[in-house]
Amino acid sequence: MTWRGATVVGLHDETATARTLALAVHDWPGHVAGQHVDVRLTAPDGYSAVRSYSIASAPSSDGRIEITVERLANGEVSPYLTKELMVGDDLELRGPIGGWFVWRRDQTEPIQLMAGGSGIVPLMAMIRSRASAGSSAPFRLLYSVREPGAVFYRDELRALSDQNHSAIVTYAYTRVTPKDSPRPPGRIDAELIATGTWSPNLGPTSYVCGPTSFVENATDLLIAAGHGRENIRTERFGATGERK
Amino acid sequence: MAIISRGFAGRRSTADAKLPPGQYLTTDFPVLSAGPTPHISLDRWEFTIDDGSKVLKRWDWKSFRELPTESITVDLHCVTRWSKLGTSWEGVSLDALLSDVKTDLPYAMFRSYGDYTTNLPLKDVMNKQAWIAFKYDGADLESEHGGPARLLVPHLYLWKSAKWVKGMTLTPHDKPGFWENLGYHIYGDPWQEQRYSEE
Amino acid sequence: MSAPMNYLDGNAAAGELSRIFAMDITSAEGQCANCGAKRRFAEAHLYVQCPGLVARCALCEHVLLRLVNTHQRLYLDLHGMTYLTLGIEQQEVSS
Repeated sequence: MTWRGATVVGLHDETATARTLALAVHDWPGHVAGQHVDVRLTAPDGYSAVRSYSIASAPSSDGRIEITVERLANGEVSPYLTKELMVGDDLELRGPIGGWFVWRRDQTEPIQLMAGGSGIVPLMAMIRSRASAGSSAPFRLLYSVREPGAVFYRDELRALSDQNHSAIVTYAYTRVTPKDSPRPPGRIDAELIATGTWSPNLGPTSYVCGPTSFVENATDLLIAAGHGRENIRTERFGATGERK
Repeated sequence: MAIISRGFAGRRSTADAKLPPGQYLTTDFPVLSAGPTPHISLDRWEFTIDDGSKVLKRWDWKSFRELPTESITVDLHCVTRWSKLGTSWEGVSLDALLSDVKTDLPYAMFRSYGDYTTNLPLKDVMNKQAWIAFKYDGADLESEHGGPARLLVPHLYLWKSAKWVKGMTLTPHDKPGFWENLGYHIYGDPWQEQRYSEE
Repeated sequence: MSAPMNYLDGNAAAGELSRIFAMDITSAEGQCANCGAKRRFAEAHLYVQCPGLVARCALCEHVLLRLVNTHQRLYLDLHGMTYLTLGIEQQEVSS
């Protein structure tokens, strides 16, 4: 797997601290939803830093991908990618990487997606992949965020809920809820699993992504609810959300 | 040839402090670990010195804290390229711990709670060059930085300053520890940039 | 759980390990040489904030794999796994 050049062709802010980068990648071989890329930045004196970012976009044949980067206060790379980088700039990336935490378009079983914060990114690629393939696999997303302003892809997820009965989105706000929220702020718990996710009887495959503590908590809850460990796939981001 | 990213500099500081070659200055205190943070209760903690067949000295936390301590200010140089200058510690010197240990074994393997090990020549931990440190910056050493106590050997790269230290085995030969047996330098002098065994 | 979880998982090692392994390592199932647990490599606890990369068994925390990059060489220690196994069809990553 070699390093490829990529050019920034678009920038879009998802939230006050997260930005989606659209990249045209040299000789991009295509990807499967759930995979990630390693991005390498090199300073003029040769110093380099590498970080992993999940691909947010659906598989396509136009040689372009999107990644969504959350800016970490003490980050070394994310402030550069979310504030300095401009359309036309170049960077290097390696990928696509990963063959386990993926959703393939020939999967027909119900899918349970569990996102903690920026863990929504690879799961959004799965949602988009399903849409562009015209798949009718039943999808549910349980998306845990601090507060409404932290939701990525908000409009797209709302449109999904409105128009598509087999793709259901449930939010869990951990710090601040919207005014009309039926549930007080808090982490996901057994009750939310019981009411907001597919029953294990339906034989779903679950994908859990986010900070390590979120993934461990969510996985424990799914197993306690009767899901087999072999049907749960996980991807952990750093405690602060940055994958390194 | 890597693609240069316009305007990217990384976290490096441009301070002109005298640093070992290839290092950059940091003001925070990065936490590096090869495994889960062990949590050792003080009533279980001990530090032993053995020679491979018998225990020569053993301290529990109470007897360890009765030993004379020193306050020191030292610079830290990590092989991952960050350096942190002027860090303050309190600890017991290895000179005090070894004061009535008679041995002609020239090397030591330091062992930590968890599975970490690192090897050192015995002469490099004597003569005011090494401490078992239990306070950093005036407060009890936090577990993520090696508490309750860690080895501190500031004249070598920081991987030699084993966190969560629990003892030392005196050995006749310089046997490589956790990182030394996978490509890192057997000695690790940052001023000679001895990062890897190929240097 | 109050302890900060300072690990990632096998997915985060896949980019580095792709330099050595032609197959996708995350789907591979490995057996821990210490406790015998058989798990997907994607589920291994991965420690990357250190002078190398260390993958540990999610059950017993025994070291499964270590990787170090020096200036001139790459070192790989696999002795913590009894074996790795992968289905042939899982080696196709792009679809």
